[in-house]
Amino acid sequence: MNTLTLAPGRLLALGRSELTLLTRNRATLTMALLMPLVMVLVLKNSLAAYDLDGGAAAVGEATLTGGIGMVLVFVVYMNLVNAYVGRREELVLKRLRTGEANDLEILVGSALPSAVLALVQITVLVGAGAAVLDVRAPRNPLLLVAAVLAGIVLLAALGAVTSAVTRTVESAGLTTMPLFLVSALGSGMFVPVDEMPGVMASVCELLPLSGVMTLVRAGWQGTAAGQDLAGAALVTLAWAMISMFAVQRWFRWEPRR
Amino acid sequence: MTDTDQAVIEVDGLRRGYSGGFEAVRGISFSVARGEVFALLGTNGAGKTSTVELLEGLAAPSAGTVRVFGLDPYRQRAAVRPRTGVMLQEGGFAADLTVTETVRMWSGVTSGARPAAEALALVGLTGRASVRVKQLSGGERRRLDLALALLGRPEVLFLDEPTTGMDPEGRRDTWELVRSLQAQGTTVLLTTHYLEEAEQLADRLAILHEGELVLSGTPAEVTATRPARIRFTLPAGVAPARLPLSLRAAAQGRRVEIRTERLQRSLAELLAWAEASDVELTGLDARSASLEEAFLEIAQQRRAGGLGDFDDQMAGAR
Repeated sequence: MNTLTLAPGRLLALGRSELTLLTRNRATLTMALLMPLVMVLVLKNSLAAYDLDGGAAAVGEATLTGGIGMVLVFVVYMNLVNAYVGRREELVLKRLRTGEANDLEILVGSALPSAVLALVQITVLVGAGAAVLDVRAPRNPLLLVAAVLAGIVLLAALGAVTSAVTRTVESAGLTTMPLFLVSALGSGMFVPVDEMPGVMASVCELLPLSGVMTLVRAGWQGTAAGQDLAGAALVTLAWAMISMFAVQRWFRWEPRR
Repeated sequence: MTDTDQAVIEVDGLRRGYSGGFEAVRGISFSVARGEVFALLGTNGAGKTSTVELLEGLAAPSAGTVRVFGLDPYRQRAAVRPRTGVMLQEGGFAADLTVTETVRMWSGVTSGARPAAEALALVGLTGRASVRVKQLSGGERRRLDLALALLGRPEVLFLDEPTTGMDPEGRRDTWELVRSLQAQGTTVLLTTHYLEEAEQLADRLAILHEGELVLSGTPAEVTATRPARIRFTLPAGVAPARLPLSLRAAAQGRRVEIRTERLQRSLAELLAWAEASDVELTGLDARSASLEEAFLEIAQQRRAGGLGDFDDQMAGAR
C-alpha cells in the first residue's frame, strides 16, 4: 500500500484553506468560539451542586478540566464532522485525492485549524480560568499537555468516523449528539465520576473520552495513582486505534449516489 | 503500439464492479502512446467515468490491470500522481474560497506548481481571480478545474468531459489549449459525449457501450466502418423501381436513400443513370459517414442485438 507520509508543506496548504473556510462560516465559527465559554459557565453551576472535597477550589478545577473536555468536543469533534462532511459533499475530498496529497495528509491537514483553535482556547481557559476561579496552577503540566494532544487526535479520528454516517452538514448536529452527551455525562465533565455508583463509574471509565479526562484531571491535580493513569492511557489508546481502524475502513471520500 | 516504452497508459482486461453487483466496466483493453490525444466516447452510463477513475488511481479495478508510466496508479500513487493532471467530471471546489485561494491551496499540494497567475491566464480566468467559486458559471468552473489539472505541468492529462457546460467560445479555447499541450508533448485522455470534440482533438478514439469497448481507431478509421449515404427525391411519375438494382436504394414514397460503402462509385452510377434517363434528382445530398452517425448506429445496433454484422466491421477497424 501507499506509505502514509506527512509533508509539512501539503498539510499547511490544506490547513490554510480550511482555516479560510472556517472564518467564512459565521455559524460554525460562532459555535466554536462561544460554546466552550457557555459550557464552562454551565459546568460551574452543575458542579457547584456537588459537595466536592476541597470546596470552591475543587469546583474551579473541575470546571476547568471539564471545560477542556468541552473545547475538545465542540472545537475539534463537531467542527471536524462539519468540515469533513462539507468537503465531501462539495466533492473537494474526491478532487484532492486525484492530487499528490495522500489520504492521511488530507485528513490531518483539514483538521489543523480546529486543532490549533482548540489549543488556543484551552490555553486561554487555563490562564484566564485559573486567575478568575482562584485555583492552583496545574501540578503536572506535561501530563496535561500530553492528555490534551491525545484528546485532539482521538476526537479528530472520532470526527472522521462520525462524518461517515453523516449525510449532510445539516444532520451533523444530530449525529454528533451521542458522543457529546455520553462524554458530558459519563466522562466526568458535568458529573464527577467519584459521585457515581461503583458499577456505573466502572462502565463510564471505558467511554471514549473518559481516559483523556482522567489524564487531564491528573495533570491538573497531580494526584492520580500510576495504576489509574495506565488504565486511562490504555482506554484512550484503545479508542484511538478503534477509530483509526474505522476511518480506514468506513470513511467516505465522496457522496453516496 | 508495439513499442511498449512509448505507451504511457496501458489497460488490459479491465473490469469494475460495484457493490450492488452492477458491472460498469466489462473487460476493456487499450493503450495510449506518449503525446497522443485519446478520446473515450460513449452515451451516459456507458462506463466512461468508471474507466477514467481507475486510470486516475481513485479506485482499484475488480479485475484486469491499469498501468500509467508502467506503474499501478492505485497502489503506486505517490510515484504516479506528480506526473498526472486530473479534471473530474464534476469539479470539487469549496464554494466559499475564491479562485485564487483555490489555486493557491492546490499549488501547496502540487510539486513544481506553476504560479497561480500563469495557471489562471492559461484558461482565461485572470479577470475572475478574486471571485468566490460559488459565483462562477458552470463554464468558468470547468476552466478553473482545467487550471488545477495543468498546475503541475503533467505528462499525462485526464479530462473527464472537459467542456460540458462551456459556451462555444470556451469550448474553442479549451480545444486550442489541448492542442497546444499536445504540441508540447502532453498525453491526453479525454472522455466526451460531444462527437465533434473527439473528431477535432483525438488522434485515436474508442467507443464504449455498456461497459465494453465496441470500436476503436482513428476518427477516419471509425467513420470508414460506416456506410456513406446518398439522399434525393425523385420527380413525380418516376418510380423508384426504375433505379439501377446495384444501388440498393430504399424508397419511402418519392424520397430515396442509398447506403453505400463506395460513395464515389455509387454516386457516379446514380448520376449516369439520371443523365441517361433525363431525371432530375431534387435535394441531392451525398455524404460520408460522420462520427456521429457511426456512434448513433452503434448504440442502435447494440440495442437491436445485431452483433454479427457489427463484429465484422470491428475487425475492419482494428
